Amino acid sequence: MARYIIRRLLLMIPVLICVSFVVFFLMDLAPGDIVSQMAPADATPEQIEMLREEMGLNGSVLQRYGRYLWNLLHGDMGTSLSLKRPVMEVFIERLPATLKLAFASIVIALLISIPLGIAAATHHRTWLDGSSVVLSMISVSMPAFWLGLLLIFAFSYKIKLFPSGGSGSFKYLILPALTLGTEQAGNLTRITRSSMLDVIRQDYLRTARAKGVSEKQVIRKHALKNALIPIITVLGSTLGNAFGGAVAIETVFAWPGIGRLTVAAINSRDMTLATGCIIMFTLMLNLTLLIVDIAYAYVDPRVKARYSK
Amino acid sequence: MARKKKKAEVSGQKQYKKRSIAAEVWRNYKKNPSAMIALVLVVIIVFVAIFAQFFYDFKKDIVKQHIKEKFQKPSAEHWFGTDNYGRDVFTRVIYGTKYSLSVGVVAVAISCIVGVTLGLIAGYYGGFIEDLILRFCEVFTGIPSILMGVALMTAFGQSIGVLMLAIGLVYAPMYCRTTRAAVLPVRDQEYIEAARVAGVGDLGIMFNHVLPNALSPIIVQVTMGVASAILCASGLSFLGLGVPIPMPEWGAMLSEGREFMRDYMYLTIFPGLAIMITVLSFNLMGDGLRDALDPKLKQ
Amino acid sequence: MENNRILDIENLVVRFETDDGIVRAVNGLSLQLEKGHSIGLVGETGAGKTTTALSILRLVPDPPGVVECEKLSLDGRDIISMPIKELEQIRGKDVSMIFQDPMTALNPVFTVGEQIAESIFLHEDVSRAEATRRAIDMLELVGIPGERANEYPHQFSGGMKQRVVIAIALACHPKLLIADEPTTALDVTIQAQMLDLIRSLREKYSTSLIMITHDLGIVAEICDEVAVMYAGSIIEKGTLEDVFNRTKHPYTEGLFNSIPNLNDRKAMLTPIQGFTPDPTDLPSGCAFWPRCPYACEVCKKEQKDIRISDTHYVRCSRYEEKDFRINRKEIS
Repeated sequence: MARYIIRRLLLMIPVLICVSFVVFFLMDLAPGDIVSQMAPADATPEQIEMLREEMGLNGSVLQRYGRYLWNLLHGDMGTSLSLKRPVMEVFIERLPATLKLAFASIVIALLISIPLGIAAATHHRTWLDGSSVVLSMISVSMPAFWLGLLLIFAFSYKIKLFPSGGSGSFKYLILPALTLGTEQAGNLTRITRSSMLDVIRQDYLRTARAKGVSEKQVIRKHALKNALIPIITVLGSTLGNAFGGAVAIETVFAWPGIGRLTVAAINSRDMTLATGCIIMFTLMLNLTLLIVDIAYAYVDPRVKARYSK
Repeated sequence: MARKKKKAEVSGQKQYKKRSIAAEVWRNYKKNPSAMIALVLVVIIVFVAIFAQFFYDFKKDIVKQHIKEKFQKPSAEHWFGTDNYGRDVFTRVIYGTKYSLSVGVVAVAISCIVGVTLGLIAGYYGGFIEDLILRFCEVFTGIPSILMGVALMTAFGQSIGVLMLAIGLVYAPMYCRTTRAAVLPVRDQEYIEAARVAGVGDLGIMFNHVLPNALSPIIVQVTMGVASAILCASGLSFLGLGVPIPMPEWGAMLSEGREFMRDYMYLTIFPGLAIMITVLSFNLMGDGLRDALDPKLKQ
Repeated sequence: MENNRILDIENLVVRFETDDGIVRAVNGLSLQLEKGHSIGLVGETGAGKTTTALSILRLVPDPPGVVECEKLSLDGRDIISMPIKELEQIRGKDVSMIFQDPMTALNPVFTVGEQIAESIFLHEDVSRAEATRRAIDMLELVGIPGERANEYPHQFSGGMKQRVVIAIALACHPKLLIADEPTTALDVTIQAQMLDLIRSLREKYSTSLIMITHDLGIVAEICDEVAVMYAGSIIEKGTLEDVFNRTKHPYTEGLFNSIPNLNDRKAMLTPIQGFTPDPTDLPSGCAFWPRCPYACEVCKKEQKDIRISDTHYVRCSRYEEKDFRINRKEIS
């Protein structure tokens, strides 16, 4: 198991390097130049060149990437060009807000989707099943930022219950988490339902019933544990995506998360910050997926056997 | 395992009875009422996307400002009201169909060409090439689609063509994986071996024998892909990085309407509804297709 | 007499109402079993044997299954009207079942020890530790080393899994054991071991047994009585001797003629003509008449239970004719 984890961690390194390469070059292609933006309006071309050298932006893109990668491999993500602060510092500052939103939304999503998905599967082809299918379909088809706008309109403009944006106390978390959670719940309900439907027809549930296990326990204990694998898979990628992919929701609620930071960095051509954020993001996603794979082993003994080989 | 085998058998027969399979799929599809509603909606949406431009004049009806008539509530005259420049929202939403839909369709076409080809190669050759392609996909799926979209839009400039390309590239790895997964069970079938023995080249086998038999999951992915591409495009436009204003793209309209949301909520409601109904239609159609293509998967 | 019956089924009807029509799985089946006795339920695939067994535990999936009967009592207790809570107490405790396919009968995510212990823990007033200890005993009883209790089903071979299934079924010493083709999915060499195991455990706990099978050899090996099923009803029932040596029903005769005879290798097999009837569209009268070499007009209209002796009866209207005989010779 430990060897498996180490192997996976080592495999992340080339992926991260590729990601940094892709982002760095895309940023270089972008029109607009941060140096001329930062320089005073009356700066002479010489002064701009000096500033460029100061910021470490001289030379060809390959030279710059070489320098960047060299520093990166030494654990230095550089300094944000626009904020003049170390990238790592800026990133860590935004991390708590991102994690808070990600975990709050996933909790909401799980609370909705697992019971609903199970109920839909155990009441297959009833109105309950039908409405769960329709609801989850609507939730995956709705632009999440639009739902956010509707919620703001309802709960902070009409009924003044929650603030419409910003961050601070628990109150600020509710609407964004609800928005993101609803979006995630759609997918999770669908996967819970279909995976439970698969398991429910298995012979071993009949064995369990035949030995006198109550219907409730058959579903909660015997069936659910078997249905968990696909649920965990989707859960992992959903959570991973919530770390940086909820940009539009962060924008709607003025939530100070990593997604919005990254978009701002890209917009201001701050390539060290943008590349740094995306690298960190990819790292978090990969770690989440690794945790998911480890979680499999605890759920399914067959997977565990495969790892230890 | 047994099911997988059965599926392969069914797709194996497909080669010899292509027409009856299409009829069979249609017969199954018809039985599903929500999928039929979705199909009707998709037909209407496509129709609107194609013909709206002949009913409305872009300069006169879509972008021309009528400041005197701004912020009118929905009424018989302006079904969805008017926006901050006095433009009729209903007309703009109808006209905007073509942007969302064309972005969706072209982006999926790009994803398909790139992804399916790579997936075919990976699945068919296996070994080192497969590893390389899968790793490559991993790099791209490691970055959330919206951030990748933002980066691509920034790099290549903001236009509808770039938007199509960006979304197409962002989703290509998904098609690559689906195709590869669909090709794997087909690869070892006897009729592939038979084609090889008969002297058909690799390319011929890939496109004439492997691909048709791995088609069902790709078809489903394409239908649902249009839905997610439209969602992604509207998100990018909402962030101000998609279709440039003043084109009446739904996401961009949402973004504009948001500023006046407190008092003029209808400006955000209608474009959002348009996105939702379009995406929902494609998703339901994809769902129906999946059930129809593989009735055994339907419980 | 009545109290001595472990199982009493009167006129059981089970049908599955599906999109493609009503599948008539069991049609008016009556069956009585004395305590401590064992009966073989014999018939082709699709004759309704498994459905009958599931009805006894009230495990027929509903929907689409609909179960009706005049009487279904287990050890004097009425199963049909029993509340679900009581039913759960009976399942696994008073009556348990061994399923056909050991490959799919065990839950892949729990250890075999847990799966045996669960049954004990549910039905007996013991601690979890005690249940686990007894599960290990049970494993050893069916010939698996106790230390393998912590292993998962995928680590066991097919025969071993079936031993585990037997251990689960017998963990609480049920009064009635239903074995649904317990050896069909196994290798021939393992089959004999399984039968030995079931027989010895049955003798040890004096369990009544319903052995569902299509293999007449197994019946001869392990059962006191035989009931032959065709298209959802019992068409002949009697002691082993009655049915094997004084065969009455043409279908039973057909079954015997389909068995290869090792002693006379030149003998030809005479298979039963035709196929088992479509359960959504059963023939009128006796369901066997389209395939029956003795069929006449009466058979298309009705079927009657004819009592041959105290222990032996046959459902065939032709026996109303005094001198009707089938070709198979009686052995005495």
